[in-house]
Amino acid sequence: MSKLVLRNVSRSFGDFAAVNDLNLTIEEGELVSLLGPSGCGKTTTLRMMAGFLSPTDGTIEVAGKIVSSPGSSLPPERRNMSMIFQSYAIWPNMTVAENVGFGLKIRKTPAAEMRRRVDEILEIVQLGALRDRYPAELSGGQQQRVALARSIVVKPAVLLLDEPLSNLDANLREEMRFEIRRLHDEFRITMVYVTHDQAEAMVTSDRIAVMNKGRIEQIDSPYELYCRPKTSFVAGFIGRTNFLEGARRGDQVDFGGFALPATTLGRDARSGVPIKPEGSGAPGTTSGSGGSSTRIRVSVRPQCIQLHRTQPSAADDRFCVPARIERRAYLGESWDYHVGLPGLQEPLRVAARPQEVFEVDDEVFAEIDTTQVTVID
Amino acid sequence: MSTVNPSAAAAAGKPVFAQRWRNLDRSYWLWAFAILVLAVLVVNPLLRLLIVSFQDDGGGFTLANYIAAYGRTRHLDALVNSLILGMSAASLCLLFGVPMAWALSRTDMPFKGLIWISILGTFVIPPYLGAVGWILLAGPNAGWLNRAFAALTGADSGPFNIYSMPGLVLVVACYSFPYVFVFTKSALDLVSSEMEDAANILGAGNLRTTLSITLPMVAPAIIGAFILVFLEAIALFGSPALLALPGRFHVVTTQLWQFFEFPPRVGVAAAYAMPLLGVTILLFWLQRRITMRKGYVALTGKGGERRPVALGAWRWPMLGFCLFVCTLSFFMPMLVILQAATAKAWGRGFSLDNFTLDNLRFTLFENNLTRDATINTFTYAGGASLIAIGLSLCIAYAVNRNLVGRRLGNTLSFLTMAPFVIPGIVLAIGFYAAYANPPFLLYGTAWILILAFATRFLPIAFTNANAAIRSINPELEDAVRILGGSRFTAIAKVVMPLLKRSLAGAFILVFIPATRELSTAIFLYSIDTQVLSVLLFDKSDEGNFEALASIGLILVFITVALILIGFRLMGRDFMLRRTAA
Repeated sequence: MSKLVLRNVSRSFGDFAAVNDLNLTIEEGELVSLLGPSGCGKTTTLRMMAGFLSPTDGTIEVAGKIVSSPGSSLPPERRNMSMIFQSYAIWPNMTVAENVGFGLKIRKTPAAEMRRRVDEILEIVQLGALRDRYPAELSGGQQQRVALARSIVVKPAVLLLDEPLSNLDANLREEMRFEIRRLHDEFRITMVYVTHDQAEAMVTSDRIAVMNKGRIEQIDSPYELYCRPKTSFVAGFIGRTNFLEGARRGDQVDFGGFALPATTLGRDARSGVPIKPEGSGAPGTTSGSGGSSTRIRVSVRPQCIQLHRTQPSAADDRFCVPARIERRAYLGESWDYHVGLPGLQEPLRVAARPQEVFEVDDEVFAEIDTTQVTVID
Repeated sequence: MSTVNPSAAAAAGKPVFAQRWRNLDRSYWLWAFAILVLAVLVVNPLLRLLIVSFQDDGGGFTLANYIAAYGRTRHLDALVNSLILGMSAASLCLLFGVPMAWALSRTDMPFKGLIWISILGTFVIPPYLGAVGWILLAGPNAGWLNRAFAALTGADSGPFNIYSMPGLVLVVACYSFPYVFVFTKSALDLVSSEMEDAANILGAGNLRTTLSITLPMVAPAIIGAFILVFLEAIALFGSPALLALPGRFHVVTTQLWQFFEFPPRVGVAAAYAMPLLGVTILLFWLQRRITMRKGYVALTGKGGERRPVALGAWRWPMLGFCLFVCTLSFFMPMLVILQAATAKAWGRGFSLDNFTLDNLRFTLFENNLTRDATINTFTYAGGASLIAIGLSLCIAYAVNRNLVGRRLGNTLSFLTMAPFVIPGIVLAIGFYAAYANPPFLLYGTAWILILAFATRFLPIAFTNANAAIRSINPELEDAVRILGGSRFTAIAKVVMPLLKRSLAGAFILVFIPATRELSTAIFLYSIDTQVLSVLLFDKSDEGNFEALASIGLILVFITVALILIGFRLMGRDFMLRRTAA
């Protein structure tokens, strides 16, 4: 049985529809991220799951029981969930141990057991020595750990995380991503993780729901999401990419100055089986005759293009186009080349390894790995 | 996707009543109760005030009250007198306050600390006590200044008569100019030196820069302060009652008081209070418009570097002026009050064999009347502060957490702040009209005073409670609730512990003015419910100035002690938060 189900959930504030007809099923023990730019409705969705907001339409079910509907929502205190807040929301008037033990106290846990469980969880988050400190005496990372311990110790049915790492500095943030994933693996709590940071979502999540303008654009594993974005928004939001507009002619896709074979375009990199994206213009189908053309939009990741000085030998799913370096920037970990291709208005961005040095105006060959090219709806 | 559960989907469309009831936030009872209390304190008295002004004895509609109120030249004269008093006192306040604010904020004048303390001291003296001090100083014949004048010139009597319009204007200005000072100074504190440097570089001298750059930039603050002290002056009851009545003229507030002499003519008083209320509301609205105007970009808070203007030899005349004003408002009145409170007979002057502590001992411990009044003062002020803060806290919480909807929330904030524009004396008439008769019959009880004080200082409490609630991140409460605590748990375990300090400060800020409030009390007290301010006013008839001064000193001591506690709790500028409405 699914643990958490959102069915046609909408929420509007006045005329503004923050969340619009959203459907989402989160399995028991799964960690799902809601990823999207600010204002996309992800926090609103999370707060509806918590019960701080009622949906204006649709329902939310936990373990088959409706907890939220437009008329009436079970208040947050009766949902057996817990939540980690952007500000951590550590109570400054209580010690670390009092903060962590609060939920247990509310649940009338016997004192001895409470103490045992608080000590146990504090050891797990490495705060055992700080149990009698006040929050003002803790660093940001330690406060974050208190928040984690406080929300996990009550063994919630669902743990909600609202941008939990956005107030930490970069190094700590990276460390805490793994910490959250580790705690998830240890306790197998159903988690919903709201973030606008794709790296954070990719490190922590089983699945990522990319949200835009109150809707879910795509929900998939991090790998699928990156390699097979279904919409331009997803392709653009997760990592960098080049968009190319082409027209399909027979079994070729024509991009103006060059063409790519349609059969290899967008083949699954792992299985080798061509994917048939929905929509009539998809490559791999041979329905279209040579005369009529269908517009096709594809996404090419900068890493999927390799630059060569001389034309490499042709391979089945690799395709070479003559190109010219227009601009370049050295970023340390890689080169960022802007490469002009015949017939294209916009240059392509290419990420190359540091040792692959080309000068501006060099004539090169751009080798495109067509299995990595994705057709966008 | 799991399959849709049909019964669940049906329930989603129309939650049954029982489920709604179960899921209802229990705290709504509290907000509903707070709204009810607000209606009792603010809405009902104002409504009743309006209604009784149109009612005859039988309860029918009539305009007779208005005819009685405005049909006599005497009554119209009082209106004009109030206008004169307000304009003159406010102008004098600007004359006193603006140069002092400039001197303390922007110049290198010496002894700034001394001037600061004197102004704070002026704040501490209740205006009617200042009036008593000035009676001792400039009462005809016996006043110290007149005697000094006679002694110096050999004349029969001195020229000063405090029982006159100029005397009244001076006394009112002495105890209102600190508002102008505070407003102007905080505006000046935000003006950057770079603005003045820019003028200097273009060839303007210091004086020219000050007059054409600095002062115009703070003009909105000064105009705002002018309006404020004008309103303060026309709403004042104590000083006019002490000075105008013996001087045989009336202002609006003393005239209102006279309508209340037995038998009280509430309808006429209500009708006569309308211009006071109307002018106050109108001018407060105007003041907000002026001070909120955005055209003066310099007042952004980050003024850049600030350097004091070097006054050169003018430092001493400037200091002289400041000392002169402080002498009028603080040093001289305080000195003669101290003398009278510790003298066997004040007229016998400053000598050791005239010194006694009997007055204070008698007032504090032996005189039942004063002892009871002291106790009453404390209980009523304490009760009023608790009610005002409790109510403000509920309203501020419900509004800030958006628990009652935005429109109702705005209405509630507005109503809570409304007493700010109701003169105390008008509020008292409203309370009398609303609660002196059945079914409430609170008149003669302590409750009518406590509730009226609570209402009068509700805006101070609300301003503070609102700021306090805003300082708390709602996520702190969300965290309690998601872990299983109710809203009340969140308030009890998190909000209250965090607000302890600022609420204690707010308590003091309401308590101080409540201990000295006269204009509301004078209409609502009875024999058993006298407070110190009323007692002081009552005793002024008897001419027993030693006792008056003793009562006044007790009030001053209470205030000073509370302010010191407030400093400990909140830091030095906590007094200023009153005006940050």
